[in-house]
Amino acid sequence: MNFRAKVKNKKAKAGRNLFSIRVYLWLSVVSIFVSVITAQGQIAVKGETVWTMAGEPIANGVVLVNNGKIEAVGTAAQIKIPSNYRIISAKVVTPGLIDARTVIGLNGYMNQPHDQMALDQSSPMQPELRAIDSYNPQEKLIEWVREFGVTTIHTGHAPGALVSGQTMIAKTVGKTADSATIVPTAMIAVTIGDSANVSGGRSPGTRAKQAAMLRAELIKASEAVRKQDEDKKSDAKPPIELRGAMMQRVLRREIPLLVTAHRAQDIMTALRIAKEFNIKIVLDGAAEAFMVIDEIKASGFPVIIHPTMYRAGGELESLSMTTASKLKASGIVVALQSGYESYVPKTRVVLFEAGAAAANGLSMRDALATVTIDAAKILGLDSRIGSLVKGKDADMAMYDGDPFEYTTHCTGTMINGNIVSETIR
Amino acid sequence: MKKSLIYIGLFLLCFNRTEAQEKPTAFINAKIIPIVGQPIEQGILLIQNGKITAVGDARTVRLSSDVVTIDVQGKTIMPGLIDSHSHIGDGSGADGSSPIQPEVRLLDSVNVRSSGIQRAQSGGITTVNVMPGSGHLNSGQTLYLKLRDDANAIDDLLIFDKNGVYAGGIKFANGTNALRTGTSNFPGTRSKSAALVREQFTKAQDYREKIRRAGTDKSKLPPRDLAMESLVEALDGKRVVHFHTHRHDDIMTVLRLQKEFGFKVVLQHVSEAWKVADEIARAKVPSSVILIDSPGGKLETLDVSYTNGAALEKAGALVGFHTDDYITDSRYFLRSAGLAVRAGMSREKALYGMTMANAIMLDLQTRIGSLETGKDADFIILSGDPLSVYTKVTETWVEGKRVFNRNDPKDLLIATGGYGASNDKEIHIDCFDEDLGGGK
Repeated sequence: MNFRAKVKNKKAKAGRNLFSIRVYLWLSVVSIFVSVITAQGQIAVKGETVWTMAGEPIANGVVLVNNGKIEAVGTAAQIKIPSNYRIISAKVVTPGLIDARTVIGLNGYMNQPHDQMALDQSSPMQPELRAIDSYNPQEKLIEWVREFGVTTIHTGHAPGALVSGQTMIAKTVGKTADSATIVPTAMIAVTIGDSANVSGGRSPGTRAKQAAMLRAELIKASEAVRKQDEDKKSDAKPPIELRGAMMQRVLRREIPLLVTAHRAQDIMTALRIAKEFNIKIVLDGAAEAFMVIDEIKASGFPVIIHPTMYRAGGELESLSMTTASKLKASGIVVALQSGYESYVPKTRVVLFEAGAAAANGLSMRDALATVTIDAAKILGLDSRIGSLVKGKDADMAMYDGDPFEYTTHCTGTMINGNIVSETIR
Repeated sequence: MKKSLIYIGLFLLCFNRTEAQEKPTAFINAKIIPIVGQPIEQGILLIQNGKITAVGDARTVRLSSDVVTIDVQGKTIMPGLIDSHSHIGDGSGADGSSPIQPEVRLLDSVNVRSSGIQRAQSGGITTVNVMPGSGHLNSGQTLYLKLRDDANAIDDLLIFDKNGVYAGGIKFANGTNALRTGTSNFPGTRSKSAALVREQFTKAQDYREKIRRAGTDKSKLPPRDLAMESLVEALDGKRVVHFHTHRHDDIMTVLRLQKEFGFKVVLQHVSEAWKVADEIARAKVPSSVILIDSPGGKLETLDVSYTNGAALEKAGALVGFHTDDYITDSRYFLRSAGLAVRAGMSREKALYGMTMANAIMLDLQTRIGSLETGKDADFIILSGDPLSVYTKVTETWVEGKRVFNRNDPKDLLIATGGYGASNDKEIHIDCFDEDLGGGK
């Protein structure tokens, strides 16, 4: 659509400037041609290997795209490409990558106060902070990860406060936060551990205090929920209170808490609270998850593991490159993330993280799943993104070799049927 | 009595260990990437007494009857990696009292038991330039270390020249890191930074001149000045200047200072090298490049590019790589070469940049950096192609001794992480061994 608009714009300008008729005609032809292609967005993506993430990879596969959605997937022998479809070829095609936990868009690459919006530390309890009110869809870091094949990000408030705010899910294109966003409120970001403590005699100052404060907030919310349910019968409208309303949604199991917890004891605290209140949680970071695999497995909750290449220090001193493979082997749903960085590099890239996991025990398929279909499952979007299946969003990443190899390039990225990057990365 | 017997036993054990490397050892059937010279299929690497005694194949290398053979079929051998800029060992240099402190030695602060050193060994790094930070115009003297095993004190890791002087450089920085507006003696602008550095080098020139004039007359020598001594070593080319610099204009400032004072310099980080690659090449100054996951994180590095290696190579400049560990993990050092190739650098120059180029930058090219007869037996054994994400360092050897073995569960823990992986090394008393009741 953008391209079409540009061409039209050119056409108008050409007219104003009284360009020669030849140019005008040429532009008209281009304009018609382009509008034929882009009006319906009809593209055939051919891959020597197509990782659909729904079944085995397809050799010499074809993905037909029509109007932003996947129209058909199969082998070149099975799929007849209509003559008016634009053909794009790549060595390897995967679903667009999904970064299951990041802060980019709220945090920017300059790392200056004006572009660091992922953490407000004025209060330890701020579930009312919406990610979309800070999200800058034109942030350079979003462009950066998009050029490596990332098409969807679960971004939002950072770890570093007990309840730091909401998260959101966006495609990595869009002029405005509103047009980029697909889920405005996805989860509530919670941190349990050292980084949630505040100093100067304020609370929380210990892990036990963190748990007590979180429980108190959830108890308040559950009482409100009970009262609302009672009031339903009497038609009374309860006053809307932003902070409480969010925690009530958690109590109603509409959205999960995204709990960043690295130490084994903090992971256990998260599981304990989830059980007490019968709420949904997603474990985030979880550097010591490998020490409590059975407990996580029994809880049924998924884990968005820290970047494999995070620095091994502080609460992450025991981080292991093999955590993803160990958790996966035990049947836990696992995704990878670019995470949160306060300095250099300002973001990581899930493509590299999945590669590191693949080099440390995950199969190629399982490693890809951590940044595609399994990430989509954790985000509750697996009916729409994460695999190349008829009817899903036409989000794809194209590579000139094994996507995980250092020396391979991402040659193209498609979002909603539009080629959004052709930079060779 | 019992105790003294144990000590005698331990002494004998220690004695045996020092004698253990006398027999020549041949690593056979490996793909050898010697860096200097063409790769050899089915190669042979012969070492003895900590040195390389031959590199070749069955036709060119004759094995004596007492040789110990190690079959490394299917593996790749290349020189030990050299990291030209790292912060492993938890050292710290200059304090907050002034912006230029050349008298400060990192030597006096490194923890040799730091887990970071073991991580570097597991990443295939055998020699490293450990440096103080970049928050000063000059944060002190750097240290070149061999990552030998069982180090008890920093002395065990030093690299000595034939005069018994240990090797190291000196760290400078420009750009924004050293700017501290509002303090009395730190610079507030780039021009002030350059002026302060020029002032000190000018003083060092005077100091050197006074020493020259004194000749053999000791009474005419200026009073000893540790800072000046260190800078004079830099002026004389005995101490390489490692200059932290990011932006293109800051890079040019370093080249300008180098031209004025004639010191040997390595451009460190050089985030915007791609903008002034020709100027760097013309100045015949080497660059040590870092490759990180994304640009930014600070204003000076907004334009950092994976293409730095390729651009400098194309311009004809010498390019090496570094981890800047804790910025990137030493265990992923080989990734630097991979990403540089991704952005257009040649395979050959990228691998050269991990080894020989860095050796040249540390003035250690006659001893390390390639697999050549007479050089130190510092090498790594890899499970596959050095540029592949799937390749593992299976063994790291320093001066003929294996310091990392992926098949050893203790070493594997360091390589992959896990509970206890970040613990500093236990105290090691000579060759005391837990099995012998060393802790009692």
